[in-house]
Amino acid sequence: MSVRNQPARFQSDTDEALELGFDVQGHPVRRPWWKIWRKRNNRIPWVSIAVILFVLVLPALLADLITTHDPLRGELADRLAPPFWMEGGSMTYPLGTDKQGRDILTRLIYGARISLTVSSITILIGAVVGSTLGLLAGYFGGWVDRFVSWLIDTFLSLPHVLLALVIVAAIGPSFVTIVAIIAVTIWASFARQVRGETLSVRETEYVARARVAGTSSGKILLRHVLPNVANTLIVLATLQVGVVILEESSLSFIGAGIPRPNPSWGVMVADGRDQILISWWISFFPGLAILLVVLSLNLLGDWLRDFLDPKMRQRGQS
Amino acid sequence: MSFDQPVGTVNDVARSAPVLEVEDLRTYLYTRWGTTKAVDGVSFTVGSGETLGIVGESGSGKSMLALSLVRLTPEPAGKIVGGRVILNGRNLLDLTDKQMRAVRGKEISMILQDPQQSLNPVFSIGDQLAEAIRVHERDLDDRATHERSIDALKSVHVPAPERRLKNFPHQMSGGMKQRIVGAMAMAYHPQVLVADEPTTALDVTIQAQYLRLLKDLQRRTGVAIIVITHDFGVIAETCDRVAVMYAGRFVEEGPVEEIFDQPRHPYTRALLDSRPKVDVRSTRLQSIEGQPPSLIDLPTGCRFAPRCFYSIDRCVAEYPPWFEITHAHTAGCWRSEEVPWASR
Amino acid sequence: MRSEKGRLVARYIMINAVRGLLTIFAVSVLVFSLARLTGDPIDVLAPVDISREDEAALRERWGLNGSVTEQYVAFVSNASQGDFGPSFKYPSESAVSVIAERLPASISLGLVATFLTLVIGVPLGILSAVKRGTWLDRIAKGLALFGQSVPEFWLAIMLIWFVAVRWNVVPTSGISGWQSYILPSIVISVFGIAALLRLFRSAMLETLGSEYVKLARLKGLSEFKVVWKHALKPASIAPLTFFGGIAVRMLTGATVVEIVFAWPGVGYLAYEAANARDFPVVQALALFTATVIIVMNLLIDITYAYVDPRVRLGQKAIA
Repeated sequence: MSVRNQPARFQSDTDEALELGFDVQGHPVRRPWWKIWRKRNNRIPWVSIAVILFVLVLPALLADLITTHDPLRGELADRLAPPFWMEGGSMTYPLGTDKQGRDILTRLIYGARISLTVSSITILIGAVVGSTLGLLAGYFGGWVDRFVSWLIDTFLSLPHVLLALVIVAAIGPSFVTIVAIIAVTIWASFARQVRGETLSVRETEYVARARVAGTSSGKILLRHVLPNVANTLIVLATLQVGVVILEESSLSFIGAGIPRPNPSWGVMVADGRDQILISWWISFFPGLAILLVVLSLNLLGDWLRDFLDPKMRQRGQS
Repeated sequence: MSFDQPVGTVNDVARSAPVLEVEDLRTYLYTRWGTTKAVDGVSFTVGSGETLGIVGESGSGKSMLALSLVRLTPEPAGKIVGGRVILNGRNLLDLTDKQMRAVRGKEISMILQDPQQSLNPVFSIGDQLAEAIRVHERDLDDRATHERSIDALKSVHVPAPERRLKNFPHQMSGGMKQRIVGAMAMAYHPQVLVADEPTTALDVTIQAQYLRLLKDLQRRTGVAIIVITHDFGVIAETCDRVAVMYAGRFVEEGPVEEIFDQPRHPYTRALLDSRPKVDVRSTRLQSIEGQPPSLIDLPTGCRFAPRCFYSIDRCVAEYPPWFEITHAHTAGCWRSEEVPWASR
Repeated sequence: MRSEKGRLVARYIMINAVRGLLTIFAVSVLVFSLARLTGDPIDVLAPVDISREDEAALRERWGLNGSVTEQYVAFVSNASQGDFGPSFKYPSESAVSVIAERLPASISLGLVATFLTLVIGVPLGILSAVKRGTWLDRIAKGLALFGQSVPEFWLAIMLIWFVAVRWNVVPTSGISGWQSYILPSIVISVFGIAALLRLFRSAMLETLGSEYVKLARLKGLSEFKVVWKHALKPASIAPLTFFGGIAVRMLTGATVVEIVFAWPGVGYLAYEAANARDFPVVQALALFTATVIIVMNLLIDITYAYVDPRVRLGQKAIA
């Protein structure tokens, strides 16, 4: 038995008894019980991880290997074929075809590639730009903070959809345009979150000590502040993947995103919109894919939030 | 033995019939790791005008005991599974929820540990106090409530009570807030007041003041006070009797002086020894080695035995019965008569 | 005390009004330059074989004379008087009146959706916290997750497919009677319900576990008062932020949903105007939206200061 020379100034509180029950080893867990209850449900979300892998990541990476049809060109003779289990359907087109005779499954798989590419690029840009500005604002304060905060406010008050429509009307829809539009809209959430957290980290003792010791600001930011906001960044980035996928598909749906005939999931839903009465599968499957992937990402993000426990309050639309 | 604080001097209070009787109280927490016996068969009584201290380490179950007395164990994990809590001739554990609400605040009150967190930040002091004053007297009009609020604040020596009523909690000091919590608890002159670590969160200078206030309230109203604490200083200052709690059970109980001077349980002794002493020139604080047992897998014998210097085979094998030392002093230790620790 | 708070609020409004104006200025520059990015609007507006005189007349009429800077200055000075020029698409009307015509449709739909959001989201969030761990809680959490993850446009189409077309119960496009509101308002409110539910649930869990709720119970208060007064009021402060978002959507139109349901509101108008390169309308809409957002944020901050006695304006970090 290890001898622990802790002074017997017991840091008791009214919750102590509530906590004691939850600790087998006798180490008092300093957590209020509602959090313990949440912890309790904290199983690794395997299903979500599987959905993200099998509906988003693997199809995106292996699209060329696992498909046999052309995602862009179809057989007009086979147009509007239903899924295989319906009358007239066959395994040639497991999820049916659209009105140009393109295989829905193939397009779904290539669509995953678009979703994954758009979300990784935009989040990378958004996270780098956003957290850099957030770090600087939170750490230096003063006019830097005022300016960055104003910038954040401004970008959050931009009418995104309208801007996207205007830009697309101006220069036409393209991959670069959509990435730029989304990156511009998401950096602010990163900046806001990181700024807030940097503010609190800045007040901690070790940062103060590093400052007194004459450590340069850059070093403090990289060595002390950044690691402390890393958890928040991971959680935020995970949740933002879902947000970006939703945003990209919405913009593509209204024609302000990925241009036709590329198989963005949003475009696919739009393609089937006027066929919904007869050929529901054209719109149904891509939307289902979005729902499943975003739902899984949200579950995974929530789990990460609990697991990494960053000082982050959920704010509805993160 | 000498202590920094003067030993309680109020032990000459006439010992009347007990107002609160607790018999074999058991409160378990049902967790995913098993059943935790936070309170596992506790019995005691308190008389009116008397102060009982319950002292123990963090995790001894003393706070759960306090919450059990007012039936506010955390749902759904915590459940009172057995025993009786008798106040004014009836068992509180038999009451319906509605009847119990009528008892809370009126016959039995409680002061929580942290004044910073026990007042609602978004309501004014006046609002929260009026609520406590009106809850059992619904037809009280605004003016009467106002007057009673002022009186309540005066009774806990809050200066400028008129102005305080309009304040919000964040505009006051911790000591002031704790006074207001005291005023709420005493609004109906309850027979029993449970104070769970009433001074832990306060500044040292304010602590003594607050304890004096509690004693003062007791003198005026004859309330029986149960002080839950880990601090023997608080016990010395306020209590007539003290019960030492370990792993869900009382291990020793008796008048304060006797417990301080002649502890008959090694755990009591260890607790007393672990208090930081000003006069001893030692850089290291004494402490009890080891950890309190998990309240899920309790040993069959004495629960302190695994940490006890003086344990013998019997301690591990058999749970000790109560040994009567004097008529008011009992200890649950096989070796309470030989006291091998006295010479240490 | 009150007047002190009043002064602080006045000061705060001043500072933030200036900040807001700066933001609106930035938005106006952005929108203006984006609009010019498209190339010369005259190419869109005028027939290919337009005569030189006619073109000059058109330029004059639509304020397209002079350098870009001059155009901008003219734009700002007119805009500040509420004049964004005539709509390109509907030349007989001003841009502002085109928007004003469409606004009621968006606001009425927004009101219905906001009503649904509040009436469903808030009580469900509270109940799921109070009944933590029960089937009700599980359903509420499932609903929240669904609402946050479902693409609106898809949900709208699926609803049209299931409800409207298969059973032919409610109209699926445009406004024709109160039934038209059912589907669009459901789709719009789903996300809001999810968000409010989550926010209220987590805030209530926090306050229900607090010491002051314990104290309220200790006083002998009824469970009703404990939950709906002591736990709810502090818990409803954090979700306040979100009401701003709802209100903004209410006033500025939910573009995607309006498009799917062919709803004649400002959201749909934005889509039409952008596609038709109707710059006066687009510019007016963008500035209108930005202004609504800024004013809403300001209102919410002020509400904070009055609801939460701890908050002191100006010291609060941007939330």
